[in-house]
Amino acid sequence: MNIYEQQASNRRTTVLILAAFAAFFLVIGLGFDYFYFNFGRDLTSVGDLANTAYQESVAPGRYQGGGNNVPFGTILALIVSAGLMLNSYFNGARMVLRSTMARRANPLDEREKQFINVVTEMATASGLPAPAAYIVPDQDLNAFATGTSPANSVIAVTEGLLVSLNREELQAVVAHEMGHVRNYDIRLMTVVAALMGAIALLSDFAGRSSRYRGRSAYRGSSSGGSNRRSGGGGAALLFLLWIVLVLLAPLISRILAMAISRQREFLADATGAELTRNPEGLISALEKIRAAVMPTNAVNNGVAHMCIADPRGSLIEEKSGFAADLLATHPPMEKRILALKAMAYRAGNPAPVRGM
Amino acid sequence: MIILAIVLLALAAYLVFTFNGLVRLRNQVANAFRQIDVQLKRRHDLIPNLIESVKGEMKFERETLERVIQARAAAVTAGQGGSTHDILAKEGMLTQALGRLFALSENYPNLKANESVKKLMEELTHTENQIAFARQFYNDVVTKFNTAQQVFPTNLFAALLGFSASELWELPADSPERENPKVNLAI
Repeated sequence: MNIYEQQASNRRTTVLILAAFAAFFLVIGLGFDYFYFNFGRDLTSVGDLANTAYQESVAPGRYQGGGNNVPFGTILALIVSAGLMLNSYFNGARMVLRSTMARRANPLDEREKQFINVVTEMATASGLPAPAAYIVPDQDLNAFATGTSPANSVIAVTEGLLVSLNREELQAVVAHEMGHVRNYDIRLMTVVAALMGAIALLSDFAGRSSRYRGRSAYRGSSSGGSNRRSGGGGAALLFLLWIVLVLLAPLISRILAMAISRQREFLADATGAELTRNPEGLISALEKIRAAVMPTNAVNNGVAHMCIADPRGSLIEEKSGFAADLLATHPPMEKRILALKAMAYRAGNPAPVRGM
Repeated sequence: MIILAIVLLALAAYLVFTFNGLVRLRNQVANAFRQIDVQLKRRHDLIPNLIESVKGEMKFERETLERVIQARAAAVTAGQGGSTHDILAKEGMLTQALGRLFALSENYPNLKANESVKKLMEELTHTENQIAFARQFYNDVVTKFNTAQQVFPTNLFAALLGFSASELWELPADSPERENPKVNLAI
């Protein structure tokens, strides 16, 4: 995959993610109408649910069912989801920075000035405008990039990274992040981070309220005391499915985010090496980052997929196999280093020692 | 008749498309060149400050300091209306002289402890890197531009449309930068 294919694929995936998010909200909204407001409850067959949904969307309110006429839940869900999507696009970067407590790099500090200089150098190498340089107050070694386009992008590194890495290694890490910027990975990753936070919040809320509602619904249908219940077993099954979907949403969204992130790391590594023409720098930086396995406390789970190395500090990355593949945000460090070494070897010169 | 019209129309569309693409690339080349120019100017501005602040400590390296000053003067002169070849040669000389000064400064722990010298060194390292990366980017863009002109069938009419190959930013064959640095291990 070259960089243009990568950019196109990122644009496609971003749209896909937003569509999936909208669909998820639609399902939640429909479920709310169906189970909580008894919208369209006098239908005899559960199979008509889809039909109801269709009629709702074509002409909301015209359908004269039992209970409520207006699909409040659906309308609300659509409005909220549209708001959240716009918010994730325009405020995502700011949210990510705030959640990691990042601050702007201070040009008066010696090390931070060097970091700012390195960011400018990498911008020159890629021919893009220079991203803003941010510092995450954390002693672990990590870095990430965020923003919606190269023109308003941000590259952030931890304080620990500035202390432990030399100039060349810092340059390699910034080049890797610049790769994310150039490939438009940042927009996708930022949108995913913001939406993942929203889904976790919503699922939490829906799950908590459904614990009450679910119990009463079950009791109602088993005793047959409620005259509003007509779906019977079919409705209960549907309800169960809905609840499971809502409760599992955060997990599903996280697995999705990880899958998206993993395949992009290799390409960012390659782009970084292309910018510095020095794969060795990134190899030694990654080795230092791997050696410091402590978790990056400032980075919470929602932003994990954006970092250069898994901030949870778990050794899950070092394992391979299905479970590890599913849960890791990053490919195993060993594989990344190996790929870079192959690159350095192909570049051809293990620095011949001449002169003397 | 209609077929002929369609073919002519397609040909015209192709020409317009190619022409616009080449113009875009040519502007990118010009812009990338200007980026290098900005960094070279910055280097010229920084050097007098550096010399001023290290010359007390490095008074036994008079020859190296002199060479930096001379190379800078030559590069500034070449920048004011010299040919590209001339600029390349003189800037290469300056890069080499600076490299030697940097290497020698490692021998002076007092310099490394000095805050303002440290700051200047970082600024110059930054500028040297900026020049190197701007040069790398320029060469990438020029390669793209030249390739776009030389591929078939664009090569048949690129010259007719007024395009010519741009020069890569590479060191002249006789540039001192090509020499291997000589390390003297005798103490």
